Amino acid sequence: MRLKKNIATSDTGFIFNPTTGDSFTVNPMASEILQYLKQGLSFSEFKNLILQKYEVDTHQLENDCEDFLNQLKEANLLEV
Amino acid sequence: MNPQKIVVAVTGLNAIDSPGPGVAVIRAIREEFKDNVRIIGLSYETLEPGIYMHDIVDKTYQIPYPTAGTNSLFYRLKYIHSIEKINVVIPNFDAELYNFIKIESALKDIGIQSFLPNLDQLESRDKINLSAFGKKHNLLVPEEKVIYSVNDLPSCEETLNFPLVIKGKFYDAIIAHTLEQAQKAFYKLSAKWGLPIIVQQFLTGTEINIAVLGDGNGNATSIIPMRKLYITDKGKAWAGITLEDENLLAIAHSFTNSTHWKGGCELEIMRTADNKLYIMEINPRFPAWIYLTAGAGQNQPAALVKMAMGEKVLPFENYAIGKLFIRYAWDLITDVHEFQKISALGEL
Repeated sequence: MRLKKNIATSDTGFIFNPTTGDSFTVNPMASEILQYLKQGLSFSEFKNLILQKYEVDTHQLENDCEDFLNQLKEANLLEV
Repeated sequence: MNPQKIVVAVTGLNAIDSPGPGVAVIRAIREEFKDNVRIIGLSYETLEPGIYMHDIVDKTYQIPYPTAGTNSLFYRLKYIHSIEKINVVIPNFDAELYNFIKIESALKDIGIQSFLPNLDQLESRDKINLSAFGKKHNLLVPEEKVIYSVNDLPSCEETLNFPLVIKGKFYDAIIAHTLEQAQKAFYKLSAKWGLPIIVQQFLTGTEINIAVLGDGNGNATSIIPMRKLYITDKGKAWAGITLEDENLLAIAHSFTNSTHWKGGCELEIMRTADNKLYIMEINPRFPAWIYLTAGAGQNQPAALVKMAMGEKVLPFENYAIGKLFIRYAWDLITDVHEFQKISALGEL
């Protein structure tokens, strides 16, 4: 999955979709995941990066990431 | 040596909760022409705020209401022109456009230029003709029926289904969920605006407006799409943001290509959940949020002034995406002698 090319994100966790005018704010962890998505990293690639960087249960991380990705999809922010 | 000032006359100086576009048009023109422009305000009522905004409007003259007819308007403008030497006039109200278009060539003969659609273009996009307009130009518009009697409402229900949008001939719209509500709306709107009444399919979605400047030869000199972010109870955008969407630009291009629209206009678009873009209404003049076009890098009012004066303006290519406008209200303090002057003399 990839973030749509024209989606603007900022370090502060602000997301702007210039096609629809929708904007969102996300927490710092979600913001970090957005940066990984923008870099084109796959789910397992950024999952491993986060596991190395933070103390987090793998199962919990996978669930939270799936939730977040579903939200991005519903918000029409991911490439189809 | 300073170049001679351009004199531009502008109407629509009211800035109430459903504001006229005049003040925004002037701001945009001043931004481009700086000190080389003199702005003449043309007002109908004595409490139009633009009259008292002396950093915006250099001098205001009252003009007769549209119901007074084209002769009264022409002779008033001729008088004003004899003093001010107007180069370009920009009317900004739907209701006055018919008269301005009728006297366009007479004004040109005395040296006042304008850049307006013709009468056919004006009438074909009228909301009572929108359905036919959509079919003719292959543009997606909501299903609607134009009715003259309350007895026609049940047949609308059969084809369009509730809820229905009951619309007045000129302004106002009421959403009706039952036949009784539709009948009540019919009587209310016909009493206020006369007949016919437009009964329209109810559509929900995201409200988007597009400011378009057509060159009259089928091309769009400028297109700026804006999503309404904050909508007042009158349905007016109080905040909005410019969008990047090829489909919106394509609709505007297809509109100017097929109609050869000349001048400014606003396409009111509804993007439905299935991503269809319906043209809900076409306003035949600049919208009140037109200053956003200058903010986004395509100053439509300034381009229109240049085109009216015969200058060739190349179509704009880029604009800033994600540029916002946020409207605010401001209490202007003035003195009663100013109010007296415009009331008694019709000039300020």
